[in-house]
Formats: sequence, structure tokens, C-alpha cells
Amino acid sequence: MLKELTELNGVSGNEDEVRKYIKAAVEKYADEVKVDSIGNLIVYKKGKSPRHKVMLCAHMDEVGFMVTGHAENGFIKFKPVGGVDERILPGKRVVIGDRKIPGIIGCKPIHLQEREERGNIIKLKSMYIDIGAEKKEEAERLAPLGEYIAFYSEYTEIGEGCVKAKALDDRVGCAILTEALKGDYEFDLYACFTVQEEVGLRGAEVAAYAVNPDLALVVEGTTCSDVPGVEKYDYSTVLGGGAALTIMDRTSYAAKNLVRYIYNLALKNNIKVQFKQTTTGGNDAGKIQRTRSGVKVASISVPCRYIHSPVSLMSKRDYESCRDITLLVLNQFNKNQNIIQAIMNGGEVDV
Amino acid sequence: MDYRSLLTDLTKHTAVSGHEREMSLFIKQLFGKYCDSVEIDRFYNVAGIKKGCGDNRKKIMVTAHIDEIGLMVKSIDDEGFIKFSNVGGIDSKILLAQEVIIHGKKDLTGIIGAKPPHLLKPEEAKKSVKIEDLSIDTGMGGKKVKEYVSIGDVITFKSGLFTLQNDKVGSKSLDNRSSVAALFETMSHLSSVKHKDDLYFVATVQEEVRLAGAIISAYNIEPDIAVVIDACHGDIPDAPKEETYGLGKGPAIGLGPNLSRRLTNRIIDVAKEYNIPHQIDVEPGNTGTEAWATQVSRAGIPTVLVSIPVRYMHTAIETAHLGDIKNTGRLVAKFIELLAETEVN
Repeated sequence: MLKELTELNGVSGNEDEVRKYIKAAVEKYADEVKVDSIGNLIVYKKGKSPRHKVMLCAHMDEVGFMVTGHAENGFIKFKPVGGVDERILPGKRVVIGDRKIPGIIGCKPIHLQEREERGNIIKLKSMYIDIGAEKKEEAERLAPLGEYIAFYSEYTEIGEGCVKAKALDDRVGCAILTEALKGDYEFDLYACFTVQEEVGLRGAEVAAYAVNPDLALVVEGTTCSDVPGVEKYDYSTVLGGGAALTIMDRTSYAAKNLVRYIYNLALKNNIKVQFKQTTTGGNDAGKIQRTRSGVKVASISVPCRYIHSPVSLMSKRDYESCRDITLLVLNQFNKNQNIIQAIMNGGEVDV
Repeated sequence: MDYRSLLTDLTKHTAVSGHEREMSLFIKQLFGKYCDSVEIDRFYNVAGIKKGCGDNRKKIMVTAHIDEIGLMVKSIDDEGFIKFSNVGGIDSKILLAQEVIIHGKKDLTGIIGAKPPHLLKPEEAKKSVKIEDLSIDTGMGGKKVKEYVSIGDVITFKSGLFTLQNDKVGSKSLDNRSSVAALFETMSHLSSVKHKDDLYFVATVQEEVRLAGAIISAYNIEPDIAVVIDACHGDIPDAPKEETYGLGKGPAIGLGPNLSRRLTNRIIDVAKEYNIPHQIDVEPGNTGTEAWATQVSRAGIPTVLVSIPVRYMHTAIETAHLGDIKNTGRLVAKFIELLAETEVN
């Protein structure tokens, strides 16, 4: 499923492909499936004796680009959608629009660069996409203004149990939420597959308002910076270190008692877990936390090296840890809905 | 000829300069279709020979290099990250987030990474990334990587042939596999032609590292005339027009001191006579091709250069036009056909 999910394109604002795929996959487990005004897919699973509402959240969108112009000679100008490191772009393959027109991000050959040019960063505004069109009109026809552009990358299993793909952030979350929907629960479960996370957590903002949950778990792909050139103390997460729990980041402050509960539960059940050690980045939890009169949130993430690139890398074991702890938390809530109440009340909860 | 499928095969094989053996064996088989005999020398240059029917036979040599730029393993750290150097000219700016294959005891897929953008110091963020800042991640620990990979192993871009609009295709190593395809086209044209002279179709090695293959082949074969097929820069928006050549506008014929003026004029005439689209590539000095070495081999060889425009040279997305490959092959074939019929001197 992760292969299929990551090979679909869903640049923020254009999540249709992903939504359609997930909708078809979850319909049979759901009591109600709704697409809201902004495009979130909200899947409701009625509890058997519901006293609480739990929200699961994973975003469907990914970073990418949009067509912003056409040159006389058929080359295409573009702008990023979401945060993309412009340094990675020269020489990469992309696909444009629903027709999946193949293109490449051009780059001046080293032979033709002046000496001082060689040391400079290529700015995104001077880059262009080549689809092989020869005239402006042809480029306009095949890749009209505003058309969405996604990275091209095939899901590949590499190394020791690792996966290389684009959009692991956050198709991993989409896959885990789909798994969670297969279970039966005492409480009401809302699995929210959100849109537009990468452009400002827009989907989660309205989904959380509509659902009005008692507690929310955000399942994410997060940064992993355990690579050469980075000091150990700057490692956000470590590949192979297990599911990553966020304490605080740029957008949210996770519920301390909930994070501790998840952490202890993982340790007790031999599920590998780590804290995300940096406070950079942010995700849907930020908006959910601030919804209505406030929601207790936690983020459980799969560490992804080279995130927001066509070649993100994750460990399958980390993915399994993330899935297992998410499902285990839900099962514990299932056995005893008082845990949810206790977390809402702010006290410590033993495992 | 189905160029797409030929180029798919040609680009699938890897041949970083100095590591052409596997490619050479493939080429030997390929050339066998149109040649009387195919020889591989000790450097893995492949020469397909087609004997002429004349009495006083001269030798005409056509070369296209089969090697490609790549990377080479420099060190492996305990976590399994691989540091590397370049083989041939590579812009480190295109390497970040590039998928590669490390040709160790077995082929491993890797990803080129660096320090993430949010951890860069402001002064670091202003400069382009350098090769020493990059490392390859195979998703394996150090012990495992060292089991498969050794220092000196070569690395290629992972990139299969893909199709763009208007008969354009992209891939790694279209510099110079597009010329190899053109050379094959030349052979196929000449297969049905009765020619007086002996023809040597040579797939050369180590062009990207100072032309070793051409130097050795020209010496060994000792031709009377040489034609070099190579790639030239295709037209892109951010390069001067006079340094690039239009894709789809035909082969670029080299003109300058590195090349025989007489034969160059002749090939231009052939192009005109047979309505083969072509462009003129003015080269006031070193052409940066095998013609540079060939021209001064032994007592000197009159040399002609024909180039196929390739965009984004030395990247994983080199782009060429199928029509240019076909026209290059045709032009060289016609040139040789007419030359061999009349005289070689």
C-alpha cells in the first residue's frame, strides 16, 4: 500500500488522486466517509459504547510545484508549493498535471559555467522545466498555468530494510491510519486524512473544528538528520531508532502526559521509540491543539532522511514501530476509556 | 531503426571511464551484426571492421566513446556513509538528492545527501554544496557496506531512458551513447553499400579522462582518415546561443584548427547535397573531443568531427533528439560512402 500511496501525486491543493485511493481503501471499514469543503477526507467509525471522540490525523498532501509561466522556446517556469530545498532541484525529474507530462529541471552544464558561477547556488527563480516542447504554445497546451508539478520517484526497497520514495511525508501516516481503521473500537474514531499541511496546516484546522475531538494523535513522517556533517546534538531523530515522539516543535506543544504515556507504553511492550530531539518543523498537531477550547495532542512519526525530496529514506522497522505503538495506544483506550478522560484531565497515566 | 530501444540498452549498461569491460562485450555483440570481425584491445576499445573491396585499400576510422562520467568511492565511515570523488567533470550542484548505483561486489542503490538545509549556517547556505560535503546513503550499516563496497569502486547515476515531447529522450550517459547509436546507424547504412576502403568502427574507452581510448585506437589502427562522433551542448535558456546547438536541428559539424578543413568542407557539401539538416560548430582551439588526440596520432590523421546536441551534459538527465541521432548516422555514412568511392588521401 505504501508503494501505491507514495507513487500517487498529491501536491497541496491537488490531493484528489490520494483521496480517491484512500477513500476506496477505507470505505468498507467506515460508518461514514465525508469529504469536507476544503478537501479533507474524514472517516468516521462509530464506537460501541462511545464516551469519547478520538481523532487520528495524517496529511495526504506533499510538497511540489506549480507552473507559473512559459518561455518563447517552450521552457516552463515554476514556483514551489510547500518547503523545498532549492539546492536539490537541478537535474531532477518531475511530472506535470493529471496527464503526467514528464519533465526535467534543467541545469547549465558545468562546462558552460563561469568560474564564479560554479560556487554559487542556483536560485529557484532562475530554474526552468524542460518537457521537450519547442514553442510557447505547445508548453501552454501541455502544462497550462497553475498546473501542479510533482517529483518523479519510484518506491524502492534498498539497503537493510529501508525504503526510498517521494512523499513518505506523510503517506506513511495515511497508511497507518488505514490500518487503524480495520479495528473495532468502543470510542468514536475519526480518521482525518487532511489536505494542505505543507502550506500552513490548513486542512487540519477545519477538520479538527468539525470533529471536535477529545484527544488527537497525529501520525507523521518527520525529519531525520543523523547524517555526516551534522553534530550528534543536532540529530532530530535517528534512522532505526523507532517511532519518534514530538515534545515541542514550531507549531505545537504536545500533551506532556499523553507523550509520557505513549513512551512508557512503547517501552513496556518492546516497541522502539525515541524523542524528536529538535524543536524545528511543525505539523497538523499545531492547529489541532488550538482548536475550540483546546485538544490534547501527540505526534507519532516515522523518521525520514532527505524529507521533502524525491528520495526520502525510511527504515521499515521504524514504520512498523510507529504503526504498532499507534495501534497499541488505540487498543489501550479501547480497553479502558477512562485513560482518555485521565489524559484530558491532565494527570499522569500509568501503563 | 528503433532508437528508443537501442538507447535503452546502451544507457542501461554502465561504463564509467576505466570500467568499460561489460559495455565493451555488449558492443562487440552489437557491432557483430554489421561487421566482418570485431576486436577488443587490451584497454577494451572495441573495433568493428568491415573490409572494402578495392585493391589499394585505405583505412577510414569512425570513433564514438563508450565511457561515461561517474563517481568513485573514496572512503566508508562506520555508519556506512560513503564519501566519493568524481571521474570526469561533474557539477556537485546536481548531485544532491540524486539516486546512484554503487558498483561493488553487488550493485547497491544509494542516495546522495548532505547536511539538511535548516542546519546550514547562514554563510554555508550562500555557497553551493561541494563534493566533500556530500555522502552516499545506502540504508546499510558500515559493516554491511564494507562487505560489498571497496575503495575505488565506481558509482553511476541511477536513471533509465525516459521520453519527452517531440522525439526527445533523456537519460544518464547520452553523452556519448547517442553517438554510439549514430555509429550503429552509420554501420547499418553502409552494410548494403559496396565500398572500396576498409572501415573501422571503434567504440573507445576513457574519453572523459584524457582521451586514452582514442590515443590507443588511432595508434593501433593507423587510419588514413578519422571521423569522430561526440556530443555537443544542446540549446538551453541559460547558456549563450553561440555555445549551444539546437536539438532537432541536425548534427553539428566541427570547424577549426583541430579538424581537416578539406574534409570538413566535404562533409558539409554532403549534408547540403543530401538535404541532411546540420549546424556549424566553430571550434577555434581544442574541441575537447577525441579529434584532439586523433589529429596528431603517429604522423597525423586528417580528422572530421560531427556532434550530436545534448542538453544538460554530465547529468542524470542528459537530453537528446532522436532525429539528430539518425541524421548524424546518415551523414557520416553518406560521407564515407562517397569518400570511399572516389579517393582517400
